[in-house]
Amino acid sequence: MLDLSLIPDGGVGWLDASGSNPDIVISTRIRLARNLEGYAFAGRARDGERLRILSQVQQAMSSMTGLRNGLLLRVDEMAPGDRLLLHERHLVSRELAGLDPQRPVRSGSAVYVARGASVMVNEEDHLRLQSLESGLRIAEAFNSVEALETELGELVPYAFHREFGYLTACPTNAGTGLRASVLIHLPGLVLTKEIGKVLSGLQQVGLTYRGLYGEGSEVVGNFFQISNQTTLGRSETDLLEYLTRVVSHVIEREEEARKVLLRDAGYIIEDKLWRAYGTLRYARSLTFDEVMSYLSSVRLAVGLKLITNLSVYTLNKLLIFSQPAHLAHAEGRELTTSEANLARAKYVRRILADDTGSTR
Amino acid sequence: MICDACKEGDAIIQLTEVEDAGVRLLHLCERCAAERGVETSVSAPKPQITDFLQSVHQAMQATQGDAARCTFCSSTFRDFRSTGRLGCAHCYDAFENSMRDLLRRVHGNAKHVGRRYDPPASVDLPEAGTANELRDRLRRAVESEQFELAADIRDKLRGLD
Repeated sequence: MLDLSLIPDGGVGWLDASGSNPDIVISTRIRLARNLEGYAFAGRARDGERLRILSQVQQAMSSMTGLRNGLLLRVDEMAPGDRLLLHERHLVSRELAGLDPQRPVRSGSAVYVARGASVMVNEEDHLRLQSLESGLRIAEAFNSVEALETELGELVPYAFHREFGYLTACPTNAGTGLRASVLIHLPGLVLTKEIGKVLSGLQQVGLTYRGLYGEGSEVVGNFFQISNQTTLGRSETDLLEYLTRVVSHVIEREEEARKVLLRDAGYIIEDKLWRAYGTLRYARSLTFDEVMSYLSSVRLAVGLKLITNLSVYTLNKLLIFSQPAHLAHAEGRELTTSEANLARAKYVRRILADDTGSTR
Repeated sequence: MICDACKEGDAIIQLTEVEDAGVRLLHLCERCAAERGVETSVSAPKPQITDFLQSVHQAMQATQGDAARCTFCSSTFRDFRSTGRLGCAHCYDAFENSMRDLLRRVHGNAKHVGRRYDPPASVDLPEAGTANELRDRLRRAVESEQFELAADIRDKLRGLD
């Protein structure tokens, strides 16, 4: 079984709720897609080709300062449970982890994990460099991934086209190869039914949104990932500044919606949020979807200062550690669905009791 | 169900229209419903890929046929149209006109204005890498029955020996 203690800060430093508005913005992720000159893209490449790509990248990375103390994980040699664990921790994509039965894990799939940054090798593109920061820190996240990208680009040749920019397997990523996404919690806009307008507004201004686990994932627990949709024809700075402006506006709208909720439906909202807290605090069996939905309510209650003795960091931790593969990892064995539901409720009770300093 | 109006989109709205001749039941896609003034709320992320594949389809019609083939990875434009993924970086040149048109549709612009990049002057590409690369290209060319190209690559490989 995968030893997660080897990964620098467990790969979850971004959960520490250190940014501004931590109850609204969970994290900022920036990724750059790059391909190496001289090979077919990972989906078209043969097994041997992908292995050579990995070894070329591995050789380059061993001398890089930006990845010091980093760890290489061979995803293609891992058991399915461990691959799911990395995906739940947001360290690898669904595609790299080979979680779809129709698209099994490809040989040469690997991930480098360093503090706050990681590089997926042989995903849809040869390289997906990314940085992950707590809260809304778009500029900081970009600076760290850009430094990594620059250093690596001096050691291996990226595929770059004078007119189209960085070339990617999917043309929707070509140009800058940049996808910046902000994971944001918008229960106020959902409860006031304003969310539809906000989301369709995003699409009109060249941004898009996804669920918690990225492309193709459902929106659960009122968590949205807002990101740029276009990657070509605008500079990196331009794309990032624009995203920052729009996200700041969405945060303002969310704050207004929360005020409206408290003003117009004070006791109803208060009752709903405390009931959610009560369920998490005392339930004996919980599905993951239930936890997501109740955590959303409790997070709102903390944001509204209705619940004061609970930290956002604890809520972030619950979001990650109550997922199926994490529970199985903690128990040291595979769990059936009902066993997982029992283990989940027990874990949530324990963490909430520890954080509030009360009995379990 | 297909949209009654455009015969293309997925019908997601049921609209009852009252006309002189009587009542008419229409099944409409989001766009056609919006054109008739029916507001559709956003509930789930829009499948970006659908719009994208539509653009791919249009780009294909606009410029060149499915049979165009990349000499580096042996992918055809048809392969791209069915998967939405290109085979290698050289495909951008092989299907240049279609790609320019497609990128313009997808991004609103086909000219990169972000960071520029010059590959490192002396990259430690192991010699074997070049031969291996040619062997991979040779296998792909044979698999896709491009025998002339395969012969060229084989000659280059011999030149390396």
